[in-house]
Amino acid sequence: MTATLTKAQRPSAAPLPDDIRVTQLRVMHSEWHKFWSLRSSYFTLAATLIAMIGFGGLFAAVTATRWTHMRPVEQAHFDPTAVSLRGFYLAQLVVGVLGVLIVTGEYSTGMIRSSLGAAPRRLPVLIAKAVVFAVITLVVTTVTAFVAFFLGQYLLSSHHIETTIGADGVARAVVGAALYLTVVGLMGVGLGFVVRSTAGAIASLFGILLVLPVLGEALPTDWATNIDPYLPSNAGQQIMVVHPDPSALLGPWSGFAVFCGYAAIALVLGAVLLRRRDA
Amino acid sequence: MIDAVGVTKRYGDRVAVDDVTFTVRPGAVTGFLGPNGAGKSTTMRMILGLDAQTAGEVRVNGKRYADHPAPLREVGALLEAKAVHTGRSAYNHLLALALTHGIPRRRVDEVVELVGLREVARKRVGGFSLGMGQRLGVAAALLGDPHTLVLDEPVNGLDPEGVRWIRQLLRSLVADGRTVFLSSHLMSEMELTADHLVIIGRGRLIADTSMAEFTARFSRKVVRVRTPEGGALRDLLVGPDVTVTAPETGLLEVHGLTSGEIGQLACRNAIPLEELTPVTASLEEAFMDLTQDAVEFSVHQDVLTERTAS
Ligand SMILES: Nc1ncnc2c1ncn2[C@@H]1O[C@H](COP(=O)(O)OP(=O)(O)O)[C@@H](O)[C@H]1O
Ligand SMILES: [Mg+2]
Repeated sequence: MTATLTKAQRPSAAPLPDDIRVTQLRVMHSEWHKFWSLRSSYFTLAATLIAMIGFGGLFAAVTATRWTHMRPVEQAHFDPTAVSLRGFYLAQLVVGVLGVLIVTGEYSTGMIRSSLGAAPRRLPVLIAKAVVFAVITLVVTTVTAFVAFFLGQYLLSSHHIETTIGADGVARAVVGAALYLTVVGLMGVGLGFVVRSTAGAIASLFGILLVLPVLGEALPTDWATNIDPYLPSNAGQQIMVVHPDPSALLGPWSGFAVFCGYAAIALVLGAVLLRRRDA
Repeated sequence: MIDAVGVTKRYGDRVAVDDVTFTVRPGAVTGFLGPNGAGKSTTMRMILGLDAQTAGEVRVNGKRYADHPAPLREVGALLEAKAVHTGRSAYNHLLALALTHGIPRRRVDEVVELVGLREVARKRVGGFSLGMGQRLGVAAALLGDPHTLVLDEPVNGLDPEGVRWIRQLLRSLVADGRTVFLSSHLMSEMELTADHLVIIGRGRLIADTSMAEFTARFSRKVVRVRTPEGGALRDLLVGPDVTVTAPETGLLEVHGLTSGEIGQLACRNAIPLEELTPVTASLEEAFMDLTQDAVEFSVHQDVLTERTAS
């Protein structure tokens, strides 16, 4: 009873082109489109902007007005770059949540089954998500870090306590804030694939970034001095230190490399589990 | 063409699919029939490589689904559970899937038009009704213009209008010469559409047969007989090709004899009959009989009749 028509005779309007197949680049294009077709992406990026620029400016303004009342010890420790970039502390929460959500948002809604159905080799999906997220976040956080820095220096200049981008270690610290934030988000992407639930992944991420250093401080001193510098956020934040302590175990770049190592572990673990588990 | 060979899926201790082998032949509708929990959805997820089988192999057009360079071109699937991000619009959802394969945008417009979602394509999926969600799922399945479609209980929960739409769609897909693998827990769905039946119960293959063969074998005739002398009549009727059951006192259900034969036998032996009705057992009943032993949780209902209440 069923008519057997050849493909060409089928009434599907125009035939599809011949080069239809899945490539890594196309999966990235898809992820790029997915990112920009959700409102939450815009909200989160706006929140990152506000956290970095708003809080950076606020801290700089408050420091400027309080400057004449500050004790000489405080003034000696004052770092104009760090003050203007202080918003990173809040921004890391926002960027971390964004990294987690681009993965767990698919698990909670079931979208992941469509994504893996379209790219059943699976690994390209993880790679595409990580690359697209990293590119977008790096661009946004670099721009906001520079804006926050220049705004902060402008506000501090009323008391002539500002620094310049050309000063030793300053440019590295500003770019470093963006790099640190991006890698925080990538760690979120990796943990998202490992944990798959939004709440669980966010709790793990902030447990690692915020709680571990606090626990580290509670260690006996001889242990703490050897362990604490290697804790993920301690290591990662070295890149934002303008005048690093030359005797420190990890310098700005070696610290950042260690931090990248942690993020890589999360991503690799996520990749292994993504390949192995049922969707 | 879908080939499943010895497919088994275990979730911990629970065997969801147990050594199942079947073939979905091209250019026809194969109905995948089984009670709830039989393992239909699990089998379909294994076809698409979403769940990994514990043992056995599933091939789609000769290869594992994941080994096809353009899987959406081979198989389009509508799964049981929702597979859409609620925050995205229908159009953007479809475009995101199309982009992975380099499927042109005009094809996205085409499938949106085809399933009748044009008016709402730019709206977020979160606000869609069940029927609109099914239409979107069908649009996604058709994106790559695949020759094979896997549809998991597509009419479940739909309103009559939605059910009618799905049926028409199925008919047009088959008229195009496509292969359709359609699951349902209702035989009545299959009677309307399927050419071939794969029946499973509790994860095991029960039958793999053409619809015609199934109908010939199972649409048996039953005769309902009501008599005060049920025991006596039963003894007269039973024989090698005749089975008699007594669902309630005074009522017999006879397989293997015509109502005429029963009437004459009763008359000759002076057994009074109060009712003599030939009944054609529906395929639904045949299916229920077949899978009865395999039903995971059979429902025990206390039947309260009006009579006992008054
Ligand atoms: N992810 C899972 N984890 C554990 N058990 C599952 C899972 N998916 C399905 N099952 C079990 O496998 C069996 C078959 O389920 P399913 O394939 O959904 O049946 P059907 O689609 O025929 O109703 C059921 O007993 C179900 O509880
Ligand atoms: Mg099911």
